[in-house]
Amino acid sequence: MPMTRRDLMVLATGSVAAYGLNAVPASASAADDAIAAFTGGAELADGGVVLDIPEIAENGNAVPISISANGAVAIMVFATGNPLPGVAKFSFGPLAASSFGSTRIRLARSQDVIAVAKMEDGTFRKTSRSVKVTIGGCGG
Amino acid sequence: MATGVKPRVKLPKTASAGDTITIRTLINHKMESGQRKDSDGNIVPRSIINRFTAEFNGNSVIDVQMEPAISSNPYFQFESKVPESGEFVFTWYDDDGDVYTLSRRIEVG
Repeated sequence: MPMTRRDLMVLATGSVAAYGLNAVPASASAADDAIAAFTGGAELADGGVVLDIPEIAENGNAVPISISANGAVAIMVFATGNPLPGVAKFSFGPLAASSFGSTRIRLARSQDVIAVAKMEDGTFRKTSRSVKVTIGGCGG
Repeated sequence: MATGVKPRVKLPKTASAGDTITIRTLINHKMESGQRKDSDGNIVPRSIINRFTAEFNGNSVIDVQMEPAISSNPYFQFESKVPESGEFVFTWYDDDGDVYTLSRRIEVG
């Protein structure tokens, strides 16, 4: 049977839908669960954490980020749209000159990246940034 | 992956007492995420470096717990205080049990 243009269209939409089902990314709740595992369910105050990440990342395989928060003992980074939301947890020792860290991360698609800081007094703060990813990482 | 892993660190050789220095580290590692499939459709098993630590004279500077979302050839930049002359020890822990270490002396003049 010769392929008509319409057949092709049907095939294309079908495969996109199938792909979408297969590659179910971490839902918002998975990210929430991961954050709760870090905070122990404590309240999150907005702000007080600096999350430096490009608004548009051309290559999702290596997105540069830096995080800092004055007086934080640990900062954890979450990628809400990745198959696994956890990215990295920075714990600062007594010799850390500042609660600052910089690295490169993978982002599977456009999504919100969240940095949660654990402060010295045991409270938690968070900052969220939305990132557009042109080419996704994770071999997607 | 125990082959081709080469840790590198950049930091000053000398500093004044109490100075803040910036340290940059890089290690060659493919950081296989455990999400990719090979040409036969089988999932390539996860193989990453899962932890990085930096210590100065036995005191912790930074301790990073790493997940598969860290890019290949993991890079870190951070800041450390240098209270006296001594030795920085950088350690990377591989999923396969390998541990890579690198140490650097710094003199306080």
